[in-house]
Order: sequence, then C-alpha cells, then structure tokens
Amino acid sequence: MERLIEILKDLHPEVDFSAATDLIGDGILDSLDIVTLITEINSTFDVSIPPEEIIPENFASAEAIYALILRLDEE
Amino acid sequence: MTFTSASFLLFAALTVLLYFTVPRRGQWWVLLVASYVFYLFAGVEYLAFLLYATVVSYVVARLMQARADAEDAFVEANRDRLEKSERKAFRAKEKKKRFFILVGGLVAGFGMLAVLKYTGFAAGIVCAAWTGMGNEPFEIPDLLLPLGISFYTFQAMGYLIDVYRKNARAERNFFRFALFISYFPQLIQGPISRFEALSEQLFATHAWDATRVRSGLARVLWGFFKKLVVADTAMIAVKTLVTGSDTYTGAYVFLLILLYSAQIYGDFTGGIDVTIGLSEILGIRVAENFNRPFSSKSTKEYWRRWHITMGTWFTDYVFYPLSVCSPMQRFSKFSRAKLGNAIGKRLPVYVATVATWFLTGLWHGAGWNFIVWGLLNCLVILVSQELTPLYDRFHAKFPRLVASGAYGVFQMARTFLLMGLIRSLDCYRDVGKTFSLWFSMLTDWNLPQLLTGGWRTLGLTGAEWCMLGLAILLVFAVSLAGKKRPVREWLSTRPVTFTLCACGLILLILLFGAYGIGYDASQFIYNQF
Repeated sequence: MERLIEILKDLHPEVDFSAATDLIGDGILDSLDIVTLITEINSTFDVSIPPEEIIPENFASAEAIYALILRLDEE
Repeated sequence: MTFTSASFLLFAALTVLLYFTVPRRGQWWVLLVASYVFYLFAGVEYLAFLLYATVVSYVVARLMQARADAEDAFVEANRDRLEKSERKAFRAKEKKKRFFILVGGLVAGFGMLAVLKYTGFAAGIVCAAWTGMGNEPFEIPDLLLPLGISFYTFQAMGYLIDVYRKNARAERNFFRFALFISYFPQLIQGPISRFEALSEQLFATHAWDATRVRSGLARVLWGFFKKLVVADTAMIAVKTLVTGSDTYTGAYVFLLILLYSAQIYGDFTGGIDVTIGLSEILGIRVAENFNRPFSSKSTKEYWRRWHITMGTWFTDYVFYPLSVCSPMQRFSKFSRAKLGNAIGKRLPVYVATVATWFLTGLWHGAGWNFIVWGLLNCLVILVSQELTPLYDRFHAKFPRLVASGAYGVFQMARTFLLMGLIRSLDCYRDVGKTFSLWFSMLTDWNLPQLLTGGWRTLGLTGAEWCMLGLAILLVFAVSLAGKKRPVREWLSTRPVTFTLCACGLILLILLFGAYGIGYDASQFIYNQF
C-alpha cells in the first residue's frame, strides 16, 4: 500500500491519498493520470490491469486501487 | 422529419398517446414500431443499414455470450480440479477466442460505416495523387450516408465491446435489442447510450405521471427555443459569413467564431433537450450529453462537459485499451529506458491521445478539416499538460489573483475563444483558407466597418440581431441560474410562474423562431454525422 501511495503522490503531491475517497468524481485523477498510474502499477506490482477494469469504482480511492491490484494478482 | 417539424410533433404526440394507452407490458413494442416508422420517414433506403447494424451486433454478441457462459460453467464445474494457474490459462485462452469474434463484429460494423462515410474522402486523396502524376482524374463515388449512422454504429459497437468485457450480458430477445439500437428520440444525434443503462429504462413499465410529463414538456420546449430562436437565427449570419469569406475577413472572422458557438450550442444542446425531454415524458432516463460546457476553464474540462457520451465512448473504447495494451506497455518500458523516466512515461500516453483525437476528428466527418480539428484539440490538451508545472508556479506566486473571480472568468473566456477558433474549421471546411482567415484577424483592422454598418449585410435585420442577443442572454442566464439546481426543478415548485414561463417561451418561439408555414426549419447539424 505504501508503494501505491508513493506512485499516487508522484502524480499529485498536493493530494492526501489516504483520506481521498472519490478520486474520479472529484476530478483528481483524469484519463491521462489513470493511464500513467496503470503503467506504474503494472511494472511495480507485476500485474496487468485490462481496459475492462478501468471503471470509476476501481479508481475511487487508494484502497480501491489496492484492492484491484490484489484481486488481479489473485485471479 | 426533423425534431422541430410539425410532422414530428404530431408523430411524437401519437406515440405518447399509444404508449400510455396500450397494456404496460407492450409499451416497448410501441417504441420499437415508432422508432422504425420514424426512421422510415428519413428514407426507406436507409432502413437496410439500420437492420444490418442491428443483426450483426445481435449475432456477434450472442456468440460471445455463449462462449463466456460455457467458460464460466467449465471453471465452476472444475474449480477443485484445476490449479489457479490452469484456470488463468483457460480463461486467457477463452478470452482470446471471444476477442476474435469481437474483431469480426467490429470489422463488420465499422466496415460498413467506413465504406459509406469515408470512401469518397479516400478516393479523393487517391485521385489527387493520381492526377498529380499527370493522369486523368477519375470519378469520385458519392455514396449514400444513412441518417445517424455514426451514432447507432457507435452504440452497437460499444455494446459488443461491453459484452466481450463481460460488462454487459447479451440480450436474448432480438426485438428488444432492435429497440436499444433504434430508440427514436436518440437515434440520429445521440446521446450514445450504454446497454446496461438504457435497456433497464426501455423495458421497464411506465405509468403516466403528470408532473414528470410537464417537466419533460418544459425541456422539449426549451430545446425548441434554443434550436429555433438561437441556432437557426445565428445560422443565417453564419452562412453569409462563410459564403462571403473572401470579403468577410478580420473582425468578421471573430464574429463568426462567436455566432457559430451560439449556433452549434443551440442546435446540439437544443436537440438533446428534445431527446431527453421526450424520453422523460415516456418515463425513460437518457444520459445527459452536456454540462454547461462554456463555463469550462480548460480544454480538458471542456471535453468532459461537451458531447459527454461521445467523449466517454472514445475514452473507454479507444484511449484506455490503446494506452494499456501490451505493445503500448512495452513501448512505455522502451521509452523510459531510452529517454528517461520523465519523458518516457508520458510518451505512450501522448501517442494514445493523438490516435484518439485523430479518430474523434474522423468520426465527425470525412475531411481534412475534421482531422485537423481533432489534432488541434489534442495539441492544446497536450501543450496544457506540458505547461502544468509552469501554471502551478504561476498559481503559487499569485494566489490572490488566481482565487479571484476575474481570473476564473478569464480562464472561461480563454477556453471559449480557443474552442470557438478551432471549431470554425467546421464552417470554412478548407484548412488552408481557415488558417489564412485566422491570420486575417491580426492583419485586417476592419472592426469599425463591421460596427458602422457591416453587420447589416449579414442577412439579419436590426430587430433580429437584438432578438438573437437577448435570446443568447436568456440561455446564458438560465444556464447560470441552473448551476446548483435546474431551473425547471425550481419552477415546478411554483405552478403559476411555471405556466407563465412556458407560455412566454411558446410565444417567443412563435414570434421570433425561424418557424412557420413555408419555412423549413434547418436540419440539426449533428444529424449529418
């Protein structure tokens, strides 16, 4: 989780990702951010996030993103 | 049968009457028959293309669904016997098979669109190269372009991708599916709906609800006002400015940017208001396509607010898959290794952005002006992205200025003018000519000529100019007032004010709208896409 927060902080240093709960709805992460984030996650966590998983619920918060990573790793 | 024609009003009234008269289980049948009758009015010859898109996407989706169901059943039955890695490998193999079926469906669906919409454009390019080599020119084919084909093809293809991704289950009933593709209020100019969202609405039963019907009617009326009073009036001056663009340079180009912004806003949002209002009367919620786009402070924000369903279509089905596909991920690793982390990680995203905007431009029309339009939008977005650190430094240095309302207004005006400038490629069509006309705004100082009488030559009388200005102000005021709560909602709590406003709007449309016997209200711009 710490590594994920670091990746998110690289994108938006001004945001408190441990508290933010609607990263998409609040306009914090846009499509360019999401793709950059996915590229980072894929190389850091050795998972592959497919396009069908790119839905607002999976990127709403740091916890949701982390849960997605764990689920993809498990599947 | 345009939305603003008398025949459409009669057709819609009859449909609503039938819809609430038949047994509720049969309501969707009324919509299906009405949708095909509506499309028949556009031309019998168009019907084959709508049926083709429907049959192809229905069959392909059913094939993918059958494979997906078999895959799930197999995994479930063998859960204890198969290792995790074996299950993963099996699912990956099955996904690949579904992918081939999907590709077949996409080629068949987009292939038809490509042949009808882009053959003339492609042949024109080949012909230009051919004659450039000293040969005789050949005849460019002029193929039929069915009304709304870009919209219903995109809706059908989006559905196929959703079924492939298991984000939607394929519809078993062919006629229900046919209604999803052909639902007449949104058939020819969107919004581009998702199956999961719209089907639920279409196939549910709906009771007559006077409050809802009144609210829907108000929205239809507001759409008529925007189209007939704002868009169709502005169109007269826009047409004059475009046909006489050899003389209407300099300040006139700036005026065209303002007028065409008003025209396309009134035209497109007005049409969508009719779609959403009519659907509301029927009890069907259709996705919103606009969210006060001219209040955007950046191009990125503008594209989140303008033609929203098209933007999300391209983001979900083109930009994301392209950005995260294996070759692009490999390119990302390669570019990071060769160019460093900072540039390397942005490069693949930017490549995907350029490709997406190129296709967005092409979706709007088969012409260089549309491609350049798409790429210029892309350029502005990418340059803004690159300049973000600079903006951040500026914002940190002048926090009071940035927090002031004036700075917000400046950002909105900047975005509005920039988008308007690029949008003018839509009007002039010829890319070289458009660029030279933009340049003329810096060289031809003819503002005094425009103000001292030039405006009289643009096809509108003094009274019509005043009426257009006031109508635009009214649209602006309603948009501003509806920032926190839609004006219709507020009005519905005041029945007398509501009725007065509705009557006032009807009066304004009848008095000032480009409407009436002998006058054919112009086609909606987006119907032609």
